Amino acid sequence: MKYAYYPGCSLESGSAAYDMSVRAVIEQLGFGLDELDDWNCCGATEYFSQNELVATSVIARNLALVDDQHDQLVAPCAACFLNLKKTDKLMAEQPKIRAKVDQALAAGGLRYQPGRVHVRHLLDVLYTDIGEEAIRAKVVQPLTGLRVAPYYGCQIVRPLNGFDNPEYPMKLDEMFTWLGAEVVDYPVKAHCCGGHMTQISEEHAFELIRRLLQSAADYRADLILCMCPMCQLNMDMYQGRVNNFFNTKFKLPIVYFTQMLGVALGIDMKKLGFGKELVAAEPVIRAKLEGQMAAATK
Amino acid sequence: MAEKIGVYVCHCGSNIAGKVDVEDIAKWAGENLDDVAVSRDYKFMCSSLGQQMIEEDIKKEKLTRVVVGACSPHLHEKTFRRACSNAGMNPYLMDLTNIREHCSWVHKDRAQATEKARALISAAVQRVKYQEPLEPMFVDVNPATLVIGGGIAGLQAALELADAGYHVYLVERMPSIGGHMAQFDKTFPTLDCSACILTPKMSEAGQHENITLLTYAELEEVSGSVGSFKVKIRQKARCVDYDACTGCGICVEKCPRKVLDTEFEAGMGNRKAIYMPFPQAVPRVPVIDQDSCIWFERQKCRACEKLCPTDAIKFDQQDELIDIEVGNIIIATGWKPFDSKKIPQYGYGRLANVYTSMEFERLCNAAGPTNGKIVMRDGKTVPKSIAIVHCVGSRDDRHNPYCSGVCCMASLKFGHLVLEKTDAEVYSFYIDMRTNQKNYEEFYQRLLGEGMRFVRGKVSEVTDAARMPTEQGKLIVQCEDTLIGRQQRYPVDMVILMGALEPQEDARELGLKCGISCSMDGWYTERHPKLDPVATMTDGVFVAGTCQGPKDIPASVAQGAAAAARVAGMITKGRVMIEPIVATINEQACSGCKICNNMCPYNAIEFLEDPGVSRVITALCKGCGTCVAACPAGVITGAHFNNKQIFSEIEGILWDALQPADDSSPQAEPVPASAS
Repeated sequence: MKYAYYPGCSLESGSAAYDMSVRAVIEQLGFGLDELDDWNCCGATEYFSQNELVATSVIARNLALVDDQHDQLVAPCAACFLNLKKTDKLMAEQPKIRAKVDQALAAGGLRYQPGRVHVRHLLDVLYTDIGEEAIRAKVVQPLTGLRVAPYYGCQIVRPLNGFDNPEYPMKLDEMFTWLGAEVVDYPVKAHCCGGHMTQISEEHAFELIRRLLQSAADYRADLILCMCPMCQLNMDMYQGRVNNFFNTKFKLPIVYFTQMLGVALGIDMKKLGFGKELVAAEPVIRAKLEGQMAAATK
Repeated sequence: MAEKIGVYVCHCGSNIAGKVDVEDIAKWAGENLDDVAVSRDYKFMCSSLGQQMIEEDIKKEKLTRVVVGACSPHLHEKTFRRACSNAGMNPYLMDLTNIREHCSWVHKDRAQATEKARALISAAVQRVKYQEPLEPMFVDVNPATLVIGGGIAGLQAALELADAGYHVYLVERMPSIGGHMAQFDKTFPTLDCSACILTPKMSEAGQHENITLLTYAELEEVSGSVGSFKVKIRQKARCVDYDACTGCGICVEKCPRKVLDTEFEAGMGNRKAIYMPFPQAVPRVPVIDQDSCIWFERQKCRACEKLCPTDAIKFDQQDELIDIEVGNIIIATGWKPFDSKKIPQYGYGRLANVYTSMEFERLCNAAGPTNGKIVMRDGKTVPKSIAIVHCVGSRDDRHNPYCSGVCCMASLKFGHLVLEKTDAEVYSFYIDMRTNQKNYEEFYQRLLGEGMRFVRGKVSEVTDAARMPTEQGKLIVQCEDTLIGRQQRYPVDMVILMGALEPQEDARELGLKCGISCSMDGWYTERHPKLDPVATMTDGVFVAGTCQGPKDIPASVAQGAAAAARVAGMITKGRVMIEPIVATINEQACSGCKICNNMCPYNAIEFLEDPGVSRVITALCKGCGTCVAACPAGVITGAHFNNKQIFSEIEGILWDALQPADDSSPQAEPVPASAS
């Protein structure tokens, strides 16, 4: 089993912290991820709703680029993961679409046999392939006392993804208990963050974001763990606007789960991209883990 | 001497004729197969006219063998054997080949199905030539019966038989008989007090001269067969002398160790380490739970022993194996509740005021932990609104596809009790209301009148994430009301999950011990779903109540009584016919290697020390053929399944492949079996 890595556009720009932390964590765990050469954008949510055939062809190109040396394609972004997975499935199950996609790929000298590449979300790879024992063994800075609210969002847990309960996922919850954190079992962890709704109708988007922040705050979470750039952006960047809109006072740092995993593995916070978020996470983390972190650095 | 074979191909209405050209096959067999003297097709061969036709042919045409192409031998082998017997032919010279379940019902293409049926008929004709006349054997039926499970179905069965004068061993896993019915407050739709109608039956069973009660005991092993089963029962150590104990209860009262009662009280109340599950328990003999008793934990305490007026406490009691012999077995092992944690979005185990239906049964039971007061987990607040969620784990592809049958009515019962005892609003979230037994629909109408509210839709989640001030501190039930086509949110104080009825965890294991099987869902399979609902494929083993599938109390009682009637019939008859299809060892040639003795799954082969050979005990042999295949010397013969019969059958089925290569006509005669 060898893993190809598909970072996706967001990880090169707005969510560089995710990319940094993924690479740092993977290195620390002694695990190989080979970035796919010449990958292209997955089209996010928009392309699929505009033109299914073109979207499928564009995404299939990435699957076709995976060489014979790799049989797994790992995506950290929930939308990329879903699109890649959906395309593989569409090609396998719908001969009409597949025929046209095959044509499009052939024009570029490529071909793809559905099912050849196993599309995986990074969480699944960390949870299933690396697993509890290996991760626990590498924890040098337990997250004791830190209350984390794992947030899955709505894309990664769709039934076709098949690696966690689609109604009430638990794998990120479990992983953070391995790291010693207090995991907040709050009810909206798989509810939608609104996606691009902020661009269409702010008030609807704000209400969706508020529900997530409110529930995490009600359960006294210190921070929210994300695994999707869109979710992180919505809850972090819009948090101030949500506060103004509803007259609330949320001040919840929104970080990528790989950033906190990195902290637990003892990686320097700078290498993990902390500081790029708007609601600063570092002070909260330091306050909670202070005594222990000082001891660890000595 | 050549045999004279009659071939009879059944249309089964259109069941077979719809997919197989039966007329063509009958004609073909008559013209092309060796030794076939008569070949006919008929609309319903199993009808009396069809049977008569066979009988007359046997007499007139002097038939020596009969082949019937029709349905499964499970259904009509006996019918056609009897017909042959009536006409003076040995019934084992008839072969029923299945061209319905094995052919017309499972194939779509008429031409191909016809060819397959042709091959099956050809196989049967070749086989039947070598069948031998056999004489059935009879064994006496031991009049004692084993009933496994002391719930309402098992109790009913035991009492019916005991009242008829026959001895019953009633085995129950828990310390008391009574089953789930003992946990309920009221029964639907009559609202009878469950305990009031159950406990008289329990005490009758406890005192009945014909019933041996074995509680806190489990089935260990079954051997033998119909008429004479040998059964081992494991009597678990009660640590209380059954005969010395008077049931005074002082030991229970003085025991200092309290533990959560996850069985009878469904986790809603406590019990002691030495306990009787409930006040009306039968027998009134407590048991010590060794996992929580202080003595077993750290060799201290012994309060019960010191205070027992009859010295009945025996800490050193061990499990005991009891051997009994019975003629028949009735399995009535019931069900277990669905684990509602498997549907995490409903919040059970995470949100305090989400209850399972069994928890709520205990909560509204007058003898329960709150004396029947409906209060929330804090033990004092009376809920102002309650949501009842139907089909939790039932009618759900992810869990159980079946309908559990009783939950709609139980929800109505809960609704009534809540409305009677509190001022709370009650919402029922249903997919379909299923109230199709006597007086059930009327009860539904009554609850509509009493003000219970019904929302048609499957609940998507139960959450404490409030979206508006009216939802603060409440449990919110999110559901699409499919009658108005809108997503709705219902803030309530308490939620009751109507969990599915599921087969017992060890149902398959117990089934294996008794030689019966389970359906895909895990319920025991009856001999025929409509016409033989309490018998099983193993003679002498019957099923009753919910272990055969979800059902309510009246249906469980009816099945308990039905199973008892079947057993009583066998006992009255006094002896039972056993198929003569058994293995025989040629003792002259047996080397006494004992391989077969160990292979036999029915312990039906004994070893005779003196001549040093093995011998089959025919009363125990099921004719499975294991020993026949295992014997290294090949000196064991399986009657009705000997090599000659099987190889002829194979040659028959390959009739067209065995044609001479130069002959392309499909009408050509098959190569006779003896040619190869």
